Amino acid sequence: MAGGGRGLGFTAGLAVAVVTIQVAASSAHKVFYLTQLTMSAYAMLIVLGLALLMGYAGQASMGQAGFFAIGGYTAAFLTTFDLAPHRGSVVVSLLGRMHLLLTRADGSGGSITHVHPWAAALFAIVLAAAIAWLVAGPVFRLRGHYLAMATLGFGIIVHRIFLGSSLFGAADGISDVPALALLPGFAITGRAASRVSNYYAAWGVVLLTLWMLSNLIDSRIGRALRAIHGSENAAAAVGIPIARFKTQVFVLAASLAAVAGVLLTHFNGGIGPSDASVMKSVRFVAIVAVGGMANLRGALAMGTVLTFLSLRGYFGTFDDLVFGGILLAMMLFAPEGIVGGQLWQRLKSANPLKVR
Amino acid sequence: MATQVLEVRELGRRFGGLQAVADLSFCVTRGVVKAVIGPNGAGKTTLFNLVSGFARPDTGSVCFLGEDVRGLPAHELARRGMARTFQQIQLVPGMSVLENVLTGRHRHTRAGFLPSLLRLPRTVREGRAAREHCRETLAFLGLADYAEAEAVSLAYGLQRLVELARALACEPQLLLLDEPAAGLNMRETEEMAGTIRRINATGLTVLLVEHDMGLVMNISHEILVLGAGRRVAEGTPHEIQGNPDVIRIYLGEDDDQGP
Repeated sequence: MAGGGRGLGFTAGLAVAVVTIQVAASSAHKVFYLTQLTMSAYAMLIVLGLALLMGYAGQASMGQAGFFAIGGYTAAFLTTFDLAPHRGSVVVSLLGRMHLLLTRADGSGGSITHVHPWAAALFAIVLAAAIAWLVAGPVFRLRGHYLAMATLGFGIIVHRIFLGSSLFGAADGISDVPALALLPGFAITGRAASRVSNYYAAWGVVLLTLWMLSNLIDSRIGRALRAIHGSENAAAAVGIPIARFKTQVFVLAASLAAVAGVLLTHFNGGIGPSDASVMKSVRFVAIVAVGGMANLRGALAMGTVLTFLSLRGYFGTFDDLVFGGILLAMMLFAPEGIVGGQLWQRLKSANPLKVR
Repeated sequence: MATQVLEVRELGRRFGGLQAVADLSFCVTRGVVKAVIGPNGAGKTTLFNLVSGFARPDTGSVCFLGEDVRGLPAHELARRGMARTFQQIQLVPGMSVLENVLTGRHRHTRAGFLPSLLRLPRTVREGRAAREHCRETLAFLGLADYAEAEAVSLAYGLQRLVELARALACEPQLLLLDEPAAGLNMRETEEMAGTIRRINATGLTVLLVEHDMGLVMNISHEILVLGAGRRVAEGTPHEIQGNPDVIRIYLGEDDDQGP
């Protein structure tokens, strides 16, 4: 599996590709491509987390867009909701005393006071993780693949909540989300002037995530997850608490989706309910299925290409159809289901992207 | 240390109309090899599952290392030092022999999600020590040459040994072997007998279920004979061989009229 040495080789190769693409795009005066590549990078955080969950722990989640949206909407709401009228309240004054409030000019000449973007980001991720934990706990006490059903229902509920509540902008979503300052003079923002730096920041986060997840797979925890996937009896017989580990990896995947939600929302300057739709979740499952189960690199490569093409509009009105079709094709060629071990094996031997 | 590693008292489990195990009591003394034998359907595997937490008993108690462990889940029993193998081999596909055996180190390693994600020096050291330990275990069982092979692609007899290596990597207080010679040829069965004896010689207590009488008589200090989920006889191999009740159930008399 992803041993330290080979993992570094792939990471280095990917880093070279990232730089090459930027140089090529800049010298060809097509820097606008980098915007979609940045957005693709953030989507890959969701894909990597889901690949870990599906490929190594053997659990499919149909609700990753929900966790993405919880992360994004929470960050957007907390950094756009004006707290100035509520200064008297205990919570707001406490936030003020902890220096977690920020005042900035709004679009119409006034000013708004809101939660510091970093505090909002942290809260958004912790909130998504907590919700994932609440969703997964009961599901994993049952044996089998109930997570797909539970998360499908969860995703629909989350989508409806964001779509239906005026507090979150209903069908319009939330806009005017400020930049997320990373370093002095550098922030996660969609402004054209910082396109290149944001492209590097996004892919830096992806590389870091890939490195960490490869470490995990090659660790005691990764072996425990693979044991759970391969044989729950074997896992239990060596003392691996199956339900707890499934829950933890699900929470990890949900947190990664929330990180993607936070960062992409700051990059885009807003988020809308379509980002929370179940079709988005299906898309991530399709990407992981086609990228190769238990193959983070395959999922990353296929996911980047497909997401980039989709964002550039190459699939036109067939956008959802393409991802649905991919999933259907996977089902047809692997009738026992997308989380079955046989498909995993078949993909491993058939996938030309698999680095051996 | 308690001299009884395992104490089973009045254990019972019913599946629908079938009383799989009934009113069964026995002990496993530290350091022995004890075998459970009996005709098909005598409840041997059910007994194993009840003892190791893979099934819950309806009645009775199970004491492991002096603590009541009845109803605890399998992973909790494994954590406390009870390792087992399976009649149907349970190896993880896609993982090498070494990686499969490494899963056995779970209870002796600590690294959680965060240290594993960040590959902390402490985690790397722990992983290296676990690998070294598992390579020694593989060498002990003569599997050193197969460390990097995919476990499920090996010959059946070798797969049995890999399962055994994984159980040994747990460094258990009690090793449960569910038909360790099932599917093995005569030569492999003889080798397995030698292996179990060597394992026992390290001080490890072994409880096994087995059909192969030659193997059982050869390696066991004590034998428990089951018939229809109840105890028929218990004693040394010599005592069991001469026991008329045992001879009767093995000649196929109807269990309903049995002892």
